[in-house]
Amino acid sequence: MEFFRSHVLVCSGANCSLKGSRGVRTAFVEEINAQGLDKEIKVIETGCFGLCEEGPVVVVYPEAVHYCRVDPQDAKEIVREHLAKGRVVKRLLFKGDMELPGVQTWQQMDFYSRQKRVVLRNCGLIDPDNIDEYIARNGYEALGKALSAGPDKVIEVVKKSGLRGRGGAGFPTGLKWDFTSQAPGEQKYLVCNADEGEPGTFKDRLILEGDPHSVIEGMAIAAFAIGASQGYIYFRGEYRLSIDRLRNAIEQAREYGLLGKGILGSGFDFDIDIRVGAGAYVCGEETALLNSMEGKRGEPRYKPPYPASVGLWGKPTCVNNVETLANIAPIILEGAEWYVNIGPKGCPGTKVFTLTGNINNAGLIEVPMGITLREIIYDIGGGIPNGRSFKMAQTGGTSGGCLPEALLDVPMDIDSLEAAGSALGSGALMIMDDTHCIIDVVRCLLQFFCHESCGQCTPCREGTRRLYELIDKIARMEAVEEDVSLIKRLARTMEDASLCGLGQTAPFPILTTMRFFPEEYKAHIEEGICPAGVCNARSHIA
Amino acid sequence: MKSLDELRQLREKAQETIRLREQAGGIRIIVGMGTCGIAAGAREVMLAIVDELQKKNLDDVIVTQTGCAGLCEKEPLVEVLRPGEPKITYGYMTADKARAMITSHVVNGQIIGEYVVAKEDDVAE
Repeated sequence: MEFFRSHVLVCSGANCSLKGSRGVRTAFVEEINAQGLDKEIKVIETGCFGLCEEGPVVVVYPEAVHYCRVDPQDAKEIVREHLAKGRVVKRLLFKGDMELPGVQTWQQMDFYSRQKRVVLRNCGLIDPDNIDEYIARNGYEALGKALSAGPDKVIEVVKKSGLRGRGGAGFPTGLKWDFTSQAPGEQKYLVCNADEGEPGTFKDRLILEGDPHSVIEGMAIAAFAIGASQGYIYFRGEYRLSIDRLRNAIEQAREYGLLGKGILGSGFDFDIDIRVGAGAYVCGEETALLNSMEGKRGEPRYKPPYPASVGLWGKPTCVNNVETLANIAPIILEGAEWYVNIGPKGCPGTKVFTLTGNINNAGLIEVPMGITLREIIYDIGGGIPNGRSFKMAQTGGTSGGCLPEALLDVPMDIDSLEAAGSALGSGALMIMDDTHCIIDVVRCLLQFFCHESCGQCTPCREGTRRLYELIDKIARMEAVEEDVSLIKRLARTMEDASLCGLGQTAPFPILTTMRFFPEEYKAHIEEGICPAGVCNARSHIA
Repeated sequence: MKSLDELRQLREKAQETIRLREQAGGIRIIVGMGTCGIAAGAREVMLAIVDELQKKNLDDVIVTQTGCAGLCEKEPLVEVLRPGEPKITYGYMTADKARAMITSHVVNGQIIGEYVVAKEDDVAE
């Protein structure tokens, strides 16, 4: 085994790549060669660290020093100073950390130390293109353990762990597996839903980029539990890097015999194929996804029957989200009890959130369920930039709810948020400051639903259009009192009568904001003014 | 590969490549195991430390040994390096003191002043 005294990990996640991390990596390699350090120092491309706002991120081991906003010139300086002479380049540390005595490791930084990383256990720590590094971190051990325990035992452990689906609906994963396992039929399928379409959500993308094997291992265990020999990953088409990484990971797993016939000497056969979507939001809905995979229009199916009994090509199918599957291996290894003890009762485990909008440390975080929104925004997120104040957080993407300042202390778990009139959803957290007008924001969201409604069922096709028109009327200061009750009636109808989650949740942003921000609606409707000064008021035009 | 054992063999080899990264953030405990240290009871201290770490499930703490530090009078010596903090050297250690040190210093970050024989001004790397 070759020994290197130092490892330089350069983030190659989507966000850092956009900020030029590839050029940074090249600069490191060139300068290390120029200094003659290439036998001592190894440069590795890794997955997302999470502090995307401060990217490109570079971490240097063994000191685990976390450098921010590194450009190619900075990379050369790090080589000359840190790697050659042992002097940390303080000006490139995370803001605020430069004043600290000594140098923190990245694990000690507030942004990371307050997190609990289960799903992201390997992100930013290993080379996602190297299966050996995943195996070194206990990879595929859980699969081996599952194969010797038997399918019933695996389902029992996952049931006991209380793991609930991380795609948004929060259905108990163990139960889903049980249904599929018990459904009659020889051929069954496992499908991983990686069609992450919720605006503001990019967690599945970064999980797949940073640690593809964690999803493959989760899929293999799930397939073994339900009795499937074939699995599919349905990707969002834009996720080019995720697709490349996963394709490479599947090939490596096949080479090692961790996918294919008779895995690890057992009688279990399993392989994975990739399917790529073409960018329809509705295809994140599991039955629309299955239709799309079959080559049909991406329209949701009537339920029941559920995919567990009649799924892909009419066979029993289990559809799980990426993050859900990435949770499986740790649960199998550490046990259900360990998992139950993370987070609140009824909704255990961690949750990966994508922090976006008006927040200092935008990026990817993983925290125990039940942490408050206040902790996420102010302790981990670093607060609201430019001296503005918090106005609203949208949880769970467009179909999630909007939370006002008064609800900052609500625990972030599926049940608590539902009780508060919001939803945890897929894990998008869009933070908005007081420069935003609620009506304007909701109008954007409803425009999105209009665009993405597949048009199959009337309540959604017509409802999203009419809701948009009504909110637009409010934004133009032309709405009257009756419009409010019309919105409420229409929303009820859509919730009750739409075929799938798209139409059922489309009224959610408008209903939650009417409830939490009544004064903004009142100002637009009764007084004809937009308090934030965003909407193009009639009085302004005249 | 054909079995779980093969996977584990591969893992052991693979772990060497990433150990550098995994140890970086952790706490290091270095026990003086020169002749003088062993004669003064370092073996028992080492065993107690390993045992206590196991009990407390502190598998991210790295325990290593070192030779004589020249302070034979105060052996057994135990150095504790918490990242970002000065190196603390404890002297006249016993198994019980070592256990107490783990609870207080390693777990809670509280240095036990009365056992300390040296404190390095430079910050541990």
